[in-house]
Amino acid sequence: MTGITQSTALWYASRATGVVCLVLLTVVVLLGILVNRQGRLPGLPRFAVTGLHRSISLLAVAFLAIHVITAVADKFVTIQLIAAVVPFTSSYLPFQIGLGAVALDLIAALIVTSLIRARLGRRLWRGVHWLAYAAYPVAVAHSVVSAKDLRSGALLALTVGCVLSVCAAACYRLAAAEYRRRLAFPGWRLGAGR
Amino acid sequence: MTSATTMAWPAPAVNESPSLPRLLPPGALDLDGHVQAYGPLCYSGAPRELIEEIRAAGLTGRGGAGFPAAVKMTAVADRRGRPVVVGNGAEGEPASHKDRHLLWLAPHLVLDGLQLAAEAVGARRAYLYVHGHDWLLRGLGRALAERSAARWDRIAVEIVAAPPRFLAGEESALASRVGGGISLPTFKRPPVFERGVGGAPTLVQNVETLAHMALIARFGAAWFRQVGTAAEPGSMLVTAHRADGESLVSEVPIGAPLAGVLDLGRQPVQAVLAGGYHGAWIPAAQAAALPLANAALRQAGASLGAGVLAALPADRCGLAETARVLRYLAAESAGQCGPCLNGLPRIAAAFSALSRPGAGRRYLADLERWSGLVAGRGACHHPDGTVRLARSALAVFSDEIEWHLAGRCTAEPPAGDLGSAGEPGLAAVPFLPLPAGDSGSLMPARSRHGWR
Amino acid sequence: MAVRLRVNPITCAGHGLCAELLPERVRLDEWHYPVVSREPVPPELEPLARRAVTDCPALALLLERTR
Repeated sequence: MTGITQSTALWYASRATGVVCLVLLTVVVLLGILVNRQGRLPGLPRFAVTGLHRSISLLAVAFLAIHVITAVADKFVTIQLIAAVVPFTSSYLPFQIGLGAVALDLIAALIVTSLIRARLGRRLWRGVHWLAYAAYPVAVAHSVVSAKDLRSGALLALTVGCVLSVCAAACYRLAAAEYRRRLAFPGWRLGAGR
Repeated sequence: MTSATTMAWPAPAVNESPSLPRLLPPGALDLDGHVQAYGPLCYSGAPRELIEEIRAAGLTGRGGAGFPAAVKMTAVADRRGRPVVVGNGAEGEPASHKDRHLLWLAPHLVLDGLQLAAEAVGARRAYLYVHGHDWLLRGLGRALAERSAARWDRIAVEIVAAPPRFLAGEESALASRVGGGISLPTFKRPPVFERGVGGAPTLVQNVETLAHMALIARFGAAWFRQVGTAAEPGSMLVTAHRADGESLVSEVPIGAPLAGVLDLGRQPVQAVLAGGYHGAWIPAAQAAALPLANAALRQAGASLGAGVLAALPADRCGLAETARVLRYLAAESAGQCGPCLNGLPRIAAAFSALSRPGAGRRYLADLERWSGLVAGRGACHHPDGTVRLARSALAVFSDEIEWHLAGRCTAEPPAGDLGSAGEPGLAAVPFLPLPAGDSGSLMPARSRHGWR
Repeated sequence: MAVRLRVNPITCAGHGLCAELLPERVRLDEWHYPVVSREPVPPELEPLARRAVTDCPALALLLERTR
């Protein structure tokens, strides 16, 4: 393989894994909101919804790792590995890559705290987990400003679809501050089970 | 310890208890009057000495739980970290008046007890937690000013106002509020005596318990045991709601006949409520034979609690009275725990339905199921106490239930009349006291307002 | 030394995962809140109990070791 072909392969890999990562993150956020609202997926027990939320987030991390490594390995542009975690230190497109670094840092915080959530305690874990609502927009921003092909055609439609679904779900979630399975007490329900 | 001295007011007749009243002087005492009546405050010098004297005296908490005071103090003193002491005068219960009576008449007894308890457990911070009545805060402020002018206190006492809620005096709600938060109960792990106000081990004692401590420190354990029973020594303050409508706070020896405290012979009484709104009903005939002591009351399914007693006249509807109280208790839920939040309003509504003649039998099954679901599943004992009251009413007023199911009510006026609240089925003038302004809602307030 | 499952009723929001993962010790009442048995958790159920504690979305469960 000549240098240019190898670079192109890495370049495509980076962009492809980036898109997949964005879609996976979208699904993770939607599932997270579903868990919070005590919703169910048809045919699945509740612990499967939380399980999926966790598994897909770890899958997203895997794709994120490949996305970063291929971008760094690609010799056509110079992106230092350190620039993936320290924002705005990249030689190539510092702002755009920097946004990605911010998103990565936030996601790392979410993942690490969630892996040790039982030890961390509810308050601390929950406080950090709110950062998901920051990580997602930053990840989207990074994608949109870094990849021209996201701004037209099918990929644009995909991005818009992802963003709109998260916005709708987030509005629904933030509208009711704390979900408690309490029924507004209706006196006329006496005699019924629930 | 000083040797026993006599009180400044005349002792009652010889066939009555020789050394009562102890806690309640005839009129409010300022610092000079206090010293004249009881003598000076004597710090023990050794922190654990008072605890041993209190252990010998057998003093138990007068806030409702009846926990041995010495055991609590030892537990707090043994914890690591500098403890905090809080005097709990937030009785919260609408039918209880003893704490504010005591704080008005003998504030210095309570404040002496607070200082002594602080010395005993090694605390450097003391608080007095009371409901924010203007007259009470002014009176306490005056008392504290007198003590600070006379350099009476070793530790500064801060007064913290409690909101007018039933649960305000709950131990963890108190610790939260005194620590600067809102007065809602917390999950007690670790318990308050281990981590309470500001994370410090916290000794919470009812103000009456502190007053007894102040007297035990002066006159000794043997003197304390001169009244009461061997198993439950000492005197206690009771708020008695008599059948003729009169309510009074009095000090009685534990073990005194209940019939005398409530003057049961004066007019027909159908049942006695012992232990306040988290207590239990006892049929009048059984109650008339009981002494005012936990040993006997527990066998009747009740307990002393914080000394609230009520004699229900025979011409009232016990179910309607209980239904009213249950509605109040449901609305006073902190609303934090699912079982309590869901169960208590349903129990109250079912009971309200039963309190109207012509109710259906299915409410009984619902009540039994919900009572079982709710007890023991909250962060505090509010659901447990509420269920205890409901269950005792179902047992004691079982005949009345049968009347109601058949469409009748034995109360005078019949509970089918529209009452002043416009609510069918509830008698016009309630007997058991409840705060005015019942919104009619069974749900606790959703917002956090009203808990500060 | 017995291991028991305990729920913090204040943080519990009635998700119900615990009853799915450990029906031997947790059942749901008619309002979807957990009724947690005071029976000790035997060693063979401990991994499931630990998973219930970690997976609870409200982090309302805890395992207590007593006596």
